[in-house]
Amino acid sequence: MTDIEKTIEIEVMRYHPEQDASPVFKTYRIPYASDQSVLQGLQYIKDYIDGTLSFRWSCRMAICGSCGVMINNQPKLSCKTFLRDYYPGKIRVEALQHLPIERDLVIDATDFINKLESIKPYIVPREARSLEQGEYLQTPEQLARYEQFSSCINCMLCYAACPQYGLKPEFTGPGVLALLHRYNADSRDGARADRMQIVNAEEGVWGCTLVGYCSEVCPKQVDPAAAVNRNKVNSTLDYFLRFLMPGGGESG
Amino acid sequence: MMKRSNEPVFWSLFGAGGVVAAFLLPMLIFITGIALPLGILPPEALAYDRIHSFASGWPGKLFLLAVISLPLWQSAHRIFLSLHDLGIHRGREFCRWLCYGTALLGTLIPLILLIRI
Repeated sequence: MTDIEKTIEIEVMRYHPEQDASPVFKTYRIPYASDQSVLQGLQYIKDYIDGTLSFRWSCRMAICGSCGVMINNQPKLSCKTFLRDYYPGKIRVEALQHLPIERDLVIDATDFINKLESIKPYIVPREARSLEQGEYLQTPEQLARYEQFSSCINCMLCYAACPQYGLKPEFTGPGVLALLHRYNADSRDGARADRMQIVNAEEGVWGCTLVGYCSEVCPKQVDPAAAVNRNKVNSTLDYFLRFLMPGGGESG
Repeated sequence: MMKRSNEPVFWSLFGAGGVVAAFLLPMLIFITGIALPLGILPPEALAYDRIHSFASGWPGKLFLLAVISLPLWQSAHRIFLSLHDLGIHRGREFCRWLCYGTALLGTLIPLILLIRI
């Protein structure tokens, strides 16, 4: 058989809150091609079979972080996952776990966005510089300290993977803690003391039990678990140093 | 403002226990459980008098306390967190006292016994 005659089944979670009491599954048979992503499969369903299917997507190349879904029970970017990885088996697509569903595969990201805002996800200059003084310089070594953690695309796959976030939604969570570390580890930044208050809380790094699945599912190799664990060390130093140092630790 | 967690206390003990469990316990298991029974080491190696004099000095007391107590804190913390990971939340406070209480007893009893040697 050539690719043209082959088909593959995609089972998609459907949920329209105005008519469904709970999510239901619908199965669609679509043409198979070895170079097609699961996102393209969903787009085929929407264009040719059922126009009421809702899902988020934008860039199609693992940069925008919009198309995260559960594929056969694993959090994945649907643009970066291919039909060939499952063929001839069936593919089951669901909305990301642990997050409220707005409609079909579209989740409500409000909680994530609020947490992201709470950590000041931007550089708060350590020292003010005028335009004449030029740019803030950084050595390659200083860049290496945070560069990996700046690759986060806010896709929330790590939130769907994190059992702690599923059990306790107050937990700041892997992605936001990795970004918190990205700014705290930046030599140009001066807001570390503010962010340490979040790190030090039960809802901060101490909500993590180091399951490590966040780092496994991350499509950008950010390794949020490493960021969280480094901040367990930082928080522990902060906890004990405040007894030794005049004026307390860095976050008082 | 978020409340500061006291978890660093338990996490430090957990971390120290992890180091002891990873680096020292395999060696101790080898010496006491394999090498002596199989005669790889002479039986006098762990003779009462030798170990007694080892446990009489402060470095020896500290070493023995560390290898007994710290892995207990490591296990207590891991078991307590694993209960949470597995979704077992019933009797959480009881489990907390049971886990950390065992580790605390496993610290205090050897501490008293070692001081009295």
